[in-house]
Amino acid sequence: MIALRGITKSFPGVIANDRVDLDIYGGEVHALLGENGAGKSVLMKILYGFYHADAGQILLNGVPISIASPHDARNARIGMVFQELQLIPVFSVAENIALFLPDLKAVLNRKEIDRRIIEISERYNLKVDPHALVSQISIGEQQKVEILKLLLSDARLLILDEPTRVLAPHEVEALFRVLDNLRKDGYAIILITHKMKDVFECADRISVMRRGRVAGTMLRAEASEDKLVALMFEKALAELKINPKDGADKALEPLLELRGVETRGEGTGTSLKGINLKIYPGEIMGVAGVSGNGQKELCDVVLGMQLCTKGRKFLYGNDLTNHSIQTMRKNGVAFVPENPLSMAAVPFMTVLENMALTNTRRYARRGGFSMDWQAVKAAAEETRKRLGFAVNWYALPKSLSGGQLQRMVIVREMTHAPRLIVASYLTRGLDVQSTIGARQVLVQARESGAGVMLISEDLDELFTLSDRLIVLYGGEIVGEFKPEETDIYKVGHLMTGHEVQHAANS
Amino acid sequence: MPQIANTYRKILNNVVVRYLLLILLALFLFGLIVTIYGKDPFQALKDMFSFTLGSAYGFSEVIVTMIPILITALAVAIPWRVGLINIGGEGQLYIGAAFATWGALTFPNLPAWILLPLMMLLGMLGGALWAFIPGYLKAIGLVNETIVTLLLNSVGILVVGFLIFSFWHSVTDTNMTVIFVPAALLPTFFGTRIHLGLVIGLVLLALYWFVMKYTRWGLEMRAIGGNPQAARRNGIPFKGYLIIVMCIGGAIAGLAGMVMVSGFHHRLLYNVSQNAGFVGFLISWLAGAQPIGILVMSFVVAIIFTGGTLLQLTIALPYAVINILLAFTLFVVLSRQAFFERKKA
Repeated sequence: MIALRGITKSFPGVIANDRVDLDIYGGEVHALLGENGAGKSVLMKILYGFYHADAGQILLNGVPISIASPHDARNARIGMVFQELQLIPVFSVAENIALFLPDLKAVLNRKEIDRRIIEISERYNLKVDPHALVSQISIGEQQKVEILKLLLSDARLLILDEPTRVLAPHEVEALFRVLDNLRKDGYAIILITHKMKDVFECADRISVMRRGRVAGTMLRAEASEDKLVALMFEKALAELKINPKDGADKALEPLLELRGVETRGEGTGTSLKGINLKIYPGEIMGVAGVSGNGQKELCDVVLGMQLCTKGRKFLYGNDLTNHSIQTMRKNGVAFVPENPLSMAAVPFMTVLENMALTNTRRYARRGGFSMDWQAVKAAAEETRKRLGFAVNWYALPKSLSGGQLQRMVIVREMTHAPRLIVASYLTRGLDVQSTIGARQVLVQARESGAGVMLISEDLDELFTLSDRLIVLYGGEIVGEFKPEETDIYKVGHLMTGHEVQHAANS
Repeated sequence: MPQIANTYRKILNNVVVRYLLLILLALFLFGLIVTIYGKDPFQALKDMFSFTLGSAYGFSEVIVTMIPILITALAVAIPWRVGLINIGGEGQLYIGAAFATWGALTFPNLPAWILLPLMMLLGMLGGALWAFIPGYLKAIGLVNETIVTLLLNSVGILVVGFLIFSFWHSVTDTNMTVIFVPAALLPTFFGTRIHLGLVIGLVLLALYWFVMKYTRWGLEMRAIGGNPQAARRNGIPFKGYLIIVMCIGGAIAGLAGMVMVSGFHHRLLYNVSQNAGFVGFLISWLAGAQPIGILVMSFVVAIIFTGGTLLQLTIALPYAVINILLAFTLFVVLSRQAFFERKKA
């Protein structure tokens, strides 16, 4: 259906795409696999008219076409769902979809639009309430709206940029079912991802990109994890080493203790109810839960961004309930937030400047009248090496991909040997190699006596890394386990609010 | 390294192109209005430029006009950098002028080297107090600073009116004070009306540039302006900055008030600011709060004002036309973003 021939695109200093050839057929799900920065997103943005290729051709059914803008792409019936969803929160679902329709009339025929939405959503199992406000529906539902938008505007080729990144496990399954139905109706789907699991569950054909080139394309039947990994990385992956757990020494004073903490949720936020938890030196405490069940609030309370309405917070045994974020930061609390772009990075300052932000005083010279950027770089460089990440110190965060940003934040937070690390979705958006690096550093931190609160939706990750595990549901702790005493299903049930008869209540 | 040099060149090109286009477009629209009014636009423009840039007297008048608006532009630009919109330069200027005037009227016997710094401090104190109100209200999350600064303008002007009409007016006039004693006047240069306020403005500008670019506080302020949420989570004292930076903005506007009474009017009068507070806001907008931009734009706006005064005399152009020219300039700037971004894509 669509063929890319010899697509080349370079940015100052990097060749993002180097003579890329790619064929997409109707009725297939084509997975585009590769590390962060392998050129997947750039290639797709060229196809969607966001960037111009320096060289190369795009053929639609054998005829060369020129795609100079997203508008052209839509005329060629190509649609894209971006990593950051492009919906207007204050509009209803139907209004968002209507906005995108090519044949939108001056006077809206709301009934007709609703009818079309319901018709298509029922056919593909994409049920959403057309009158709900986008700000009030979950990320999974918002993604459905994005797909509906494309279907209603007659796209035949759908490009999904890391759609599973923000979804809970059951939402991922639902998405794949939808894609399966679309494929049966002859739609072509390009799925950008770097999760092996997605590929094997959903794709018909797989193209692997490495350093701006297509390193290989194969059918799912031919593919194996080893083969794909070999294509993605030139060198073999480092294995994650976890030394046998000697268990946290509970005789020590806990690093962090929350006693009966409650908060009042702001707006659509969740309220925390009666949270009691302790984090000891040298342990990783996993927090499982479907996002939106109080994880963000828990982090914010620990950090001091939100104040407790009830209960006390102790750090190293000192009551710091109503102390500011500065106090917490000064005492060695590191924080990797769930959304690096909005919660951790300043988009128009270089990466290096961002590195200095958590501890400006340390790098200030002459009483603050100048900054020692050499020192900032040296400290960050040391951490970067430990993690094995590639970071460009002079890039602006607004131009970085999700994974690059996440790496930047991890490097910053792991500098200065933190004593307590609060990490939310640590490996979200990271490729396989970086994921291993990031996890390795958490384990190292634990071994050197730091405490970690690791919030994640990835149960495999939690079970591998955690020494202890709590489950959050609706702002409450509904279970506390040692990973070896429980299993994924039990935790999964607790996460979704099902009562488990034999749940060990703490 | 070549990459960095490249980036600088790009920024430079962008800045230069931006200002040239802005100015040309605004002048073109201005010419159009003059033509509609039935006058020769080229003659008008020629008069305007030959007077303002071609004669020493005209040029000195441009500088005199530029001084207060340069300072008030800084009063807007600094809060801007932490995401605060200070439309209250006018009110802060009035209160600053009133505080400085109190100093001049109360201690007429002090020597200039004590009295002038005292008046400056008083002016800054007055402006800072006036800006503290919106800054504090914003920091505790109660009210938006934009609306409070805007409303406090009227209050500030009325307070100063009350002070003049009730206590300070001279024997002969009801709407102004007596001329200050010589020790309370800023020294002037070259036998023109250019006064020490120029040096104050330029020093402030240089300080602003230096602080934003090199210091820890500049870094933290840019972080807050760039992403307040991230800045807070990174442990930057957010509320403190909001209040202090707002007060600094107010102090600078107050200093502009002191400069106006001590350097320009030589007395406090009801119309002390000549809209400098609002024009400063405009300039800061036009310049995107960039130091060089502020200098260039306050100079350009000063040319428009001085030239406008001249055109009133020579071709009897109503002063409203000058305001139209200013409005066009603002309009062009507002459309700038879309204009430049499309070009980039």
